[in-house]
Amino acid sequence: MSVIQLTVNGHQTQVEAPPMKRLLDVLREDLGLTGAKEGCGEGECGSCSVRMNGELVNSCLVPILQADGAHIQTVEGLAIDAELHPLQKAFLECGGAQCGICTPGMLMAATHLLVHNPHPTLEEIREGLAGNLCRCTGFIKIFDSVIAAAAMGGAKTHAR
Amino acid sequence: MRGNPESHELISPGSLTGVLAQLSAEPGTWTPIAGGTELMVAHAAGRLNASRLINLWGLPELDFIRIGDNSIAIGGGVTFGRIRKNAAIATEFPLLSKAASWIGSIANQNRATIAGNIVNGSPAADAPPALLVYDAEIELISKRGTRRIPYADFHLGYKRSVLQPDELVLALHLPRRFARNKQYLRKVGTRKAMAITKVALAASAVIQNNVITEIRLAAASVADRPVRLLATEDALLGMPLSSETIRAARTALLSEVLPIDDIRSTADYRKQVAANLLEEFLRELARGDASA
Repeated sequence: MSVIQLTVNGHQTQVEAPPMKRLLDVLREDLGLTGAKEGCGEGECGSCSVRMNGELVNSCLVPILQADGAHIQTVEGLAIDAELHPLQKAFLECGGAQCGICTPGMLMAATHLLVHNPHPTLEEIREGLAGNLCRCTGFIKIFDSVIAAAAMGGAKTHAR
Repeated sequence: MRGNPESHELISPGSLTGVLAQLSAEPGTWTPIAGGTELMVAHAAGRLNASRLINLWGLPELDFIRIGDNSIAIGGGVTFGRIRKNAAIATEFPLLSKAASWIGSIANQNRATIAGNIVNGSPAADAPPALLVYDAEIELISKRGTRRIPYADFHLGYKRSVLQPDELVLALHLPRRFARNKQYLRKVGTRKAMAITKVALAASAVIQNNVITEIRLAAASVADRPVRLLATEDALLGMPLSSETIRAARTALLSEVLPIDDIRSTADYRKQVAANLLEEFLRELARGDASA
């Protein structure tokens, strides 16, 4: 077992876990943050996407030892209390979320995109979300959501 | 998740020296892991054979891009995300930049390292054709010291290489003499994003007075390892850019490549597409509009 220090959504925390336990499983099982989902478990579907030290990663592919000391942002860190992040509002308004399994990952990939590129073109949105699969929406409403969020100033981070 | 995290050990010595000492003390015992885009997939599926892993992620000694007078050195631990964002690589080695941009998703690119792409040994890997065309050298390091060899000599066969159990990839060295060449890279997969290569071709050429005075070709998924297409190059070198030359080059390529049937494609399809990619490059050259 390893003792791992993490800052998750701005809160410092510590967990004890086998070093090869996946970041995804630590978030869900040890920290009770069940936003990130396991879809494929092999880095193809993006439903476990989180940001680690400012980089978008698939949390199913990160052994927890590699996250020691890292800052992790999950979908739970987007809203501030009852105030949804502009991307979350846009997903609601544009029908970007249906069954919801892909949504946390979509939101984190879209957050990452807008942080680096506040006003992306459709082509850039398609590329930024290429690693996130959705079986409900046909993607168009998701792309519409990101465009709407960008117009709302979605790049602004909601740091507490 | 079918793998059991408790059945695998993972240690993180925290320095390159520490990792090399461990690899040297117990060669063959430790499996290095960096971005985990291969090993963690096997782990989740319960088919990770390595029981003892040693962490390379975050080692500053492997994470550098150095621009020298005659070459660019890319540390083995550099991610494709970082390669993609590097302006010097984009300008002088556009094929590598392009390959980096289509390795998986953004999340994959942020974790996958260039050394991992090489040592994993897949004939379908994205970076190797560009590295072969650019005449890269690969520098290996162990507690015994470093050695530097042509990357073209690194792979010995399917998933076999000259890498010893106590060695790591320290860096790739790319000579800075291709910026003015005509360059080409195309990958054919099932779809544009996130697809593994069925066949890919990288190429670089110099044309003078409609004659091919320099030509380098490399391909993915046409043999048991990433390969230079030397016989096809021979069929082109010194020849005029004509339809006859293109026909001869297609014939040379079709007899040179040795692809296989597998879950992603068939040998016949791969041969035809590889020849078509070559013809596309040569026709672009003939029109004078080939670029990366």
